[in-house]
Amino acid sequence: MSKSEEEKSEKKSQTQTETENEAQAEETQAEAEAGSEERHERRGARALVEGLKDEGVETMFGITGGAVMPVYDELYDDDDIEHIMMGHEQGAAHAAEAYHSVSGQPGVCLATSGPGATNLITGIADASIDSRSVVAITGQVPTDLIGNDAFQETDTRGITMPITKHNYLVESSDEVPDTVQEAFHISSTGRPGPVVIDLPKDVSKGNTQAQKRDVEVEGYNPTYKGHPEQIKKAAEAIQDAEKPVIFAGGGVIMAEASDEIRELAMENDIPVTTSLQGLGAFPEDHPLSLGMLGMHGTGYANRAITESDLLIAIGTRFDDRATGKIESFAPRAEVIHVDIDPAEISKNIHADIPIVGDAKEVTRNLNDYIEAEFSSPDTADWLEKIDDWKAKYPMEYEDDEDSLKPQYVIEEIDRMTPDDTVVTTGVGQHQMWAAQWYTYKEPRTWVSSGGLGAMGVGLPMAIGAKYGAPDQEVVCIDGDGSFLMTVQELSTAVREELDITVAILNNYYLGMVRQWQELFNDERYAESEMEKLPQFDKIAEAFGAHGERVESEDEVEDALEAAFEYDGPSVIDFIIDPMENVFPMVPAGSGNDEFIMGKGSPGSRIS
Amino acid sequence: MSQPQREPSGVRKGESEKGDGVREHTLAVLVENKPGVLSRVSGLFTRRGFNIDSLAVGETENPNYSRMTIVVKADDKTIEQVSKQLNRLIEVIKVSNLTEDESVERELAMVKVSSDEEVRSEIMQITDIFRATVVDVGRESLVVEVTGDSDKIEAIVDMLRQFGIREMVRTGKISLARGPKTTKAD
Ligand SMILES: Cc1ncc(C[n+]2csc(CCOP(=O)(O)OP(=O)(O)O)c2C)c(N)n1
Repeated sequence: MSKSEEEKSEKKSQTQTETENEAQAEETQAEAEAGSEERHERRGARALVEGLKDEGVETMFGITGGAVMPVYDELYDDDDIEHIMMGHEQGAAHAAEAYHSVSGQPGVCLATSGPGATNLITGIADASIDSRSVVAITGQVPTDLIGNDAFQETDTRGITMPITKHNYLVESSDEVPDTVQEAFHISSTGRPGPVVIDLPKDVSKGNTQAQKRDVEVEGYNPTYKGHPEQIKKAAEAIQDAEKPVIFAGGGVIMAEASDEIRELAMENDIPVTTSLQGLGAFPEDHPLSLGMLGMHGTGYANRAITESDLLIAIGTRFDDRATGKIESFAPRAEVIHVDIDPAEISKNIHADIPIVGDAKEVTRNLNDYIEAEFSSPDTADWLEKIDDWKAKYPMEYEDDEDSLKPQYVIEEIDRMTPDDTVVTTGVGQHQMWAAQWYTYKEPRTWVSSGGLGAMGVGLPMAIGAKYGAPDQEVVCIDGDGSFLMTVQELSTAVREELDITVAILNNYYLGMVRQWQELFNDERYAESEMEKLPQFDKIAEAFGAHGERVESEDEVEDALEAAFEYDGPSVIDFIIDPMENVFPMVPAGSGNDEFIMGKGSPGSRIS
Repeated sequence: MSQPQREPSGVRKGESEKGDGVREHTLAVLVENKPGVLSRVSGLFTRRGFNIDSLAVGETENPNYSRMTIVVKADDKTIEQVSKQLNRLIEVIKVSNLTEDESVERELAMVKVSSDEEVRSEIMQITDIFRATVVDVGRESLVVEVTGDSDKIEAIVDMLRQFGIREMVRTGKISLARGPKTTKAD
């Protein structure tokens, strides 16, 4: 008998004995239950930690403080949850966001009351606008001091109301189990978003026997299934289209709908463009890929959108950086809009065929309908036209010998890293270059602050991403200004021995601002030049990380190789051409078909 | 060649657009009776740039719920956004637009009117005509209480103005659909 069989038979005989002494067994069980009830008298903080474990939380990011000490005390000897102490609460929130972005699991961050809570705000706001599931737990002053301007008191619920999907001020220890469960439910289902649990100190110290009950939130019932009639209408519109374009947003990635989008595009020969948050939803090396659209999108994506007669928009909120001037956005196109959030539909762009539902579920149904009852559109001429635009408006940059070009650095990073590498960025030119020049092929490989556009997210997001995807390469492509904003997180990365690489595209400028000043403010570089920056390679070394400084193309490969090989955090300071700009560009307030390809070289309209 | 265009509202030119006339809408919003809900709702209006004309809140037949009657001046697209955004709030159970329905509307106002001996009877007469009541009489002023739809309140206030209005409070409109239709949790 094998060991497992032996075990089985042992169990079996056990069961038999149990049945024999059924009455006795029942009695013992009842006793045990009564006992566990009693044992389940525990502090609110313990109930919180239990709740987190029930939700499957394994990693959380935070910083301690007076009001949250009872929670930290509970975490002290807990083996199931790994707590990462960050350098700043902002970093904790961004790490939690990135954790969700790459793993699909809610990210959790923890901070004390007052300044701890306010330091989380940027990350919570970022998670809100980019729809990331984050559960933020904040300490609060004891309930009897609330409202008295007590030491380290802020109205966290009030402050976070406009930037959360929902928030709670927990008023008694008995509410803790239900609140935790509800918070995770609300944060991670439907359109993901941040939820704050504000926990007064007496609530986490007070005892409770309360157990969680079934969650039922009356006013919250996300719709997952799209209306079949609407989906049928969409299938029909696709069949009849001559110039269809799929516009995939971040919702596609959240909903795990990439496979379905690929099928929809490839089975029907429909080109695909993505929003910034949709990068990775469709493989960018595929001939049907148009890359990103919008302000710094490709010329051909913007041309295709402008000319299209059918726009299949999935999981996108039509941000103004993507649409440009509304009046000229896809002016001829009938619009199919699939979104799980009804409030997004017809908010910015009117949907002719609105479908409220989960992107994966709806697209799968759509594919089924087309296969069973409809035929694919004939897009041969359309694809030919798009190929002309691809030839006419290629993505290119001038590679000169004397200076290091940021695009070249990114192409090298792309070449030297596997397809599932996670790229995080700060905000600025480097972010747009990273969006344009790295070839995203897989979902959940791009993590960046799109809606809020918050400088400083790159490094903490790389840290969160590494915990969310420990087996994947993580590269942060950062700007010098952005890096400086959260540089303290290097100490976190060093302490935790995280194998991440930060590639700073250092132009000694707040580059994106400089670009706008150059193009639209008569080269008046008000407060955008940063003449005296610290040496970032030395900074890295001072923190205990690996540091390099690179000034020319022929050093790029070696430096990257050394960084990727180094088992721990590395920082490479790439000194790039400070005057390099991000092109193509749609000037603010213009239509997407009015992009410029480079200084003084208009793109569209004239073709 | 003139380029085809969308309207700034996102609708394609030439496509039928919902009536874009701004008019008064009355929304009945059923919410959970919990602390912070009012602030969530009013905050949403501020943040999204919607204007509240009046707002009245109170408990319903079920103490777990409160009902808000919100009056908003807006075009159809905006009112659709308002309703959708309200529905996103976790504590909002149901939103109904009562504008198109036949509904009963009431508002309560109390008006403190300047009045000496001479005009008192004249004021009382007006009050009678409007089926309003005088609820306090002083040497120099009296307080008139009136309920009715907004038009009636406007009308009596207009009449009282000639005597001098010292102070006035209004509750904001409350509204119920006629017949069996309800704004209830289903
Ligand atoms: C927190 C924050 N402050 C200010 C801005 C405005 N801003 C946008 S891009 C930018 C410059 C970014 O500079 P850097 O990080 O060096 O990147 P580069 O553009 O040079 O690549 C600034 C200041 C912002 N987006 N976020």
